[in-house]
Amino acid sequence: MIQIQHISKDFGKFKVLKDINLDLQGGECIALIGPNGSGKTTLIKSILGMVVPTAGDILFDGKNIQQKWTYRNEIGYMPQIGQYPENMTIGQVLDMMKDIRKMPEDTLDLDLFHSFNLPALLEKRMGTLSGGTRQKVSACLAFMFNPKALILDEPTAGLDPLSTEILKDKIKKEMGNNKLIIISSHVLSDLDDMVSQIIYLQDGNLIFHKSLHQLKMDTGTDKLSKAIAHIMSVSSPSK
Amino acid sequence: MNKVIRYVLADLLRNKTIICYTILLFALSISVYSMEDNYEKGLISLLNIVLFVVPLMSIVFSSIYLYNSSEFINLLVSQPLKRTNIWLSLFAGLAGPLSLSFFIGVGVPTLMYAFSNSGLILIGCGLLLSLIFVSIAMWTSVLIRDKSKGIGLAILLWLYFGLLFDALVLFLLFQFSDYPIENMMVALSMFNPIDISRILILLQLDLSAMMGYTGAIFRDFFGTGLGMGITLGVMLLWCLIPLWLSVRHFRKKDL
Amino acid sequence: MRSSALNIVGTMICLFMVVDMLHATTIKIGKDQAVKTIKQGIEMAKAGDTVLVKAGLYKEGNIIVDKAITLLGEGRPTLEAEKKHEPLSVKSPHVTIKGFEIKNSGHSSINDIAGIKIYNTHHVKVIDNILIDNFFGIYSQNSKHLEILDNKIEAYGTAEQLIGNGIHGWKSDSLHIERNTVTGHRDGIYLEFVTHTHVLNTISEKNLRYGLHFMFSHDNSYVGNTFRANGAGVAVMYTKNVHMENNLFEENWGDASYGILLKDISDSQIINNKFDRNTTGIFMEGSNRIHIDNNNFIGNGWGIKIQASCMDNTFRDNNFMQNTFDVATNGTLTLNNFTQNYWDKYEGYDLDRDGIGDVPFRPVSLFSMLVERYPSVMLLFRSFMVTLFDRSEKLLPSLTPEGLKDEQPRMKSVKV
Repeated sequence: MIQIQHISKDFGKFKVLKDINLDLQGGECIALIGPNGSGKTTLIKSILGMVVPTAGDILFDGKNIQQKWTYRNEIGYMPQIGQYPENMTIGQVLDMMKDIRKMPEDTLDLDLFHSFNLPALLEKRMGTLSGGTRQKVSACLAFMFNPKALILDEPTAGLDPLSTEILKDKIKKEMGNNKLIIISSHVLSDLDDMVSQIIYLQDGNLIFHKSLHQLKMDTGTDKLSKAIAHIMSVSSPSK
Repeated sequence: MNKVIRYVLADLLRNKTIICYTILLFALSISVYSMEDNYEKGLISLLNIVLFVVPLMSIVFSSIYLYNSSEFINLLVSQPLKRTNIWLSLFAGLAGPLSLSFFIGVGVPTLMYAFSNSGLILIGCGLLLSLIFVSIAMWTSVLIRDKSKGIGLAILLWLYFGLLFDALVLFLLFQFSDYPIENMMVALSMFNPIDISRILILLQLDLSAMMGYTGAIFRDFFGTGLGMGITLGVMLLWCLIPLWLSVRHFRKKDL
Repeated sequence: MRSSALNIVGTMICLFMVVDMLHATTIKIGKDQAVKTIKQGIEMAKAGDTVLVKAGLYKEGNIIVDKAITLLGEGRPTLEAEKKHEPLSVKSPHVTIKGFEIKNSGHSSINDIAGIKIYNTHHVKVIDNILIDNFFGIYSQNSKHLEILDNKIEAYGTAEQLIGNGIHGWKSDSLHIERNTVTGHRDGIYLEFVTHTHVLNTISEKNLRYGLHFMFSHDNSYVGNTFRANGAGVAVMYTKNVHMENNLFEENWGDASYGILLKDISDSQIINNKFDRNTTGIFMEGSNRIHIDNNNFIGNGWGIKIQASCMDNTFRDNNFMQNTFDVATNGTLTLNNFTQNYWDKYEGYDLDRDGIGDVPFRPVSLFSMLVERYPSVMLLFRSFMVTLFDRSEKLLPSLTPEGLKDEQPRMKSVKV
């Protein structure tokens, strides 16, 4: 669904992404993992067209995304910190997104909207919301339009355990609908039971792209967190 | 595109600063007009407010708003929207409420108390200045990523247009007072939208004095249809060029 | 009528003048009359007669009136001089000219050709005539006791040297000029060596140079006139004892344009006049002992520009409103007295409520001093920086003349 071909990105002298190649398919839930500053967010933003790569191409459904915007109809994005105009109510933000996406009301996916109990909060202004509630709004928006691909940046940060579970269930359900889900997260324990593939980035380099099963086999561990710890301890000295 | 405008508008029209700004301008205008025994004196007092406060408010408020909205802008950019449209919507969303505030705060009292050529020109200039300084703020905030630096630059630019530019002109005037520099002065004034507005209103309010030696030259330029056309064109360029530069930059910007 | 016995008896008991009038003949001139030309009519007339000219167009070149007759137009006959001649030359006392339209006199750079020219005589009346496109309008040369009333004088001058003055007086005395309108000449009214003259209720506008211009013309008064939109306003020079009252000076705009330019005028009064929207209301140079009282200075670029060469002038009970600058001067010493005027720029207070502000007002601003020296600085007027300069100068006067102030500024405007 998404092909990333020889992507590099420099910010001035600083090389954030170095010749990344990836092929991401539907029906997978992919964890994007790496230390701080490894280029995860830049990679996500490149896919979303928010960052323009210095070199290389990104194809979405076989088409180059450069200077295009309609392909984003097929992507749901949940940012790390969802900030919205302070004076808008939740209802207005939802309406605005519906306006932008122009989807018929009956095809909307309102699962999270209801399970997060947002209808009761429609009149609340964004400025008065807690971080967790904002995350709920962001998550709800990402899933609402039935996108083919979902990109979730630190989705569980700030969510209470109950809501985290609701979100995880939703992610698993969508995976079953042959969607591509990309999650960037530090909380590895949350990822364990839903991801199918792991992408590991370090210093802008793609270290590997494997299935979770393969990774556990290679490292001989049974938990993602242990596997990653193993990788880091191996890779660090190699620098 | 107009969807985004609508939501930015809805946000800004309820913004406390904008509401305060409107009320402040309105209270000032009403008190100035009711205190002065003739409207021309009122216009002169308001002129200083318009030339000083409107650019300051437009450029600083817009900068702060744009920096504070960076996450919202990110969100919009991740949506299926054209970047040019997002940016122009933000411009419209900022320029609209600021112009509206000015119109309610100064325009309406002026129409009530001082419905005249000079009053209309004051309103027109105030509206254009609002647009121009929003447009300049759009440009600086797209150029500079750091919020405090960006707001600092906005204030510096305002000081430059409101004060330093005139000091520079005064310096040049003293240096070259022996030469016929009037035409150059007219050209120079085109580089500062605040000066253009001030001279346009001056030609209405202080016509008799402006008809003196150098005044005749300004009058010949600003007073004719062609000169007014050029002046209006220059004001619009002041609005469009920074906006165009900012759009060009925003389309390629990494967020 | 002459043959009537009753009338003959009447004449004998009447005064000289009345006798004359009753003896007078009326000679009618016109296409359908026995006498066809005005010249012929004047030829036939004798002193005291009336030459009645019927409506029509008369092209008779130069008509000379050399008898004490009344030349009366009926239905406004037109004297057409075809740009060659002087239409009417008056060379006799006790002439009245009334009811004509006089057009297209000749132009000359040697002679002052006028629509009606009065030569070295006295007691002539010029009443209710319309003068169009003449070189000079009505010209009094070395004459006395003239009455110039209700005439309308207009020309279409394009350059000062190609057109003469509307009403021109030279070496004359006791002229009475009232209710005339003059437009499009060089000077509306020009008086040189003219004394004991009154100019009343006359409108002089859109003349190329001055609306009113006089030199060496002592003991004259100018009351109730309007001088509007003349090229350079009004200029009066080298004269003493002038009385100017109730005049309106307005819209005299230009680099060297004044409501009134006073040059070497002394012992005069300027009272109850209105100076409205002139580049400069009054410009004074070398003028002494003038009383400028109860005038309105409204919307002028400069209300008063007073040069250092002026002394002992008094400005009292005037209103200064909406002027860009109220007073400007080129000197630092001030020998003139401003008192009890109303200044709309005054920001003082009146604690004892006697209508007089408790702190003096300084009408000269720093910026006006700067503009005097560098006219281009006007470009920066009302900019924030300049306002700042003026404010600080008000607190700590350093460049503006210390003595030039009104110690008793009024809180409310004076009724004028």
